[in-house]
Amino acid sequence: MPEQTRTRPRARRRLSVVGVLGELLITVGVLVLLFIGWYVWLNDVIVGSEQTQAATELQQEWAEQSRDERGGAGEPAEPPPPVYEGQSPDSAPVRSEPGGVNEAFATLIVPRFGTDYARTIAQGIDVRDVLNSRRTGVGHYPGTQMPGELGNFAIAAHRNANGAPFGRLVDLRVGDHVYVETADGWYEYTFRGLEYVLPNQVDVIAPVPRDAGADPAERILTMTTCNPLFSTDERAIAYSVMTAWYPREGGMPAELSELGQEEV
Amino acid sequence: MYAALWRALPGPVWLRLLIVLVLVAGILWALAYVVFPWAADVLLPQDVTVEE
Repeated sequence: MPEQTRTRPRARRRLSVVGVLGELLITVGVLVLLFIGWYVWLNDVIVGSEQTQAATELQQEWAEQSRDERGGAGEPAEPPPPVYEGQSPDSAPVRSEPGGVNEAFATLIVPRFGTDYARTIAQGIDVRDVLNSRRTGVGHYPGTQMPGELGNFAIAAHRNANGAPFGRLVDLRVGDHVYVETADGWYEYTFRGLEYVLPNQVDVIAPVPRDAGADPAERILTMTTCNPLFSTDERAIAYSVMTAWYPREGGMPAELSELGQEEV
Repeated sequence: MYAALWRALPGPVWLRLLIVLVLVAGILWALAYVVFPWAADVLLPQDVTVEE
């Protein structure tokens, strides 16, 4: 009896060209489907969480630095009561542009993109080293202004894949807050509007957007990403204007602590 | 092809299953972390910036 059941598989043991080819084609098909699934979903989950992790580490580092500077080495015995009051943007400190390319110098926090959304902003817009990076994801256009500076703090990030830091850029609504955190504190920008332009429309990152050469009177944050989704034919541009400054000593903005973004 | 590979594996069925699971897991990991990122870089548009 066992003899009989084993004869059939034995007879088929020889490899046929068509059989191998068919199995290879099925394999390729499965690989393509896996790739699509990875591209539109899994990659963003993996890279997104790594980028958020990197941003959190940077924020922790700043919080520790600030505690050390306040002299509370060791036990954080009595943290000062949080102020939670935004100050005038005029009082915000302006750091000079980081010298090191790809150097992380700020984090981006956007409650509209998710309660735990945080990404690192690095100097430069190199695709491989900054925008595709598992540690950064958001890049600062070299030569544009810095956070808090009169003019235009312009940053770029992917809308899909590679963690998709700006995956929900066009979901922003007028009045939404966009925070840029540095070692000094939190720069609060308020979203003002979207614009769709062609990829060569470089005046969107001018000190006064769309008016190159004009003298800036406001502190603008410009975020650029690709448009439409999964295409690079156009660019989606989000403009925000700075509305408040929260020094680190005063504690994180109430909006963020209420969201559960821990002050670490 | 896959049938031949299955027969080439040593040991009883449970051991072969284990080997296959480990192999598949390794291949999926390599795809997600090495092959697909490389393929996306090469094949798909990446531009999100404005430039002249």
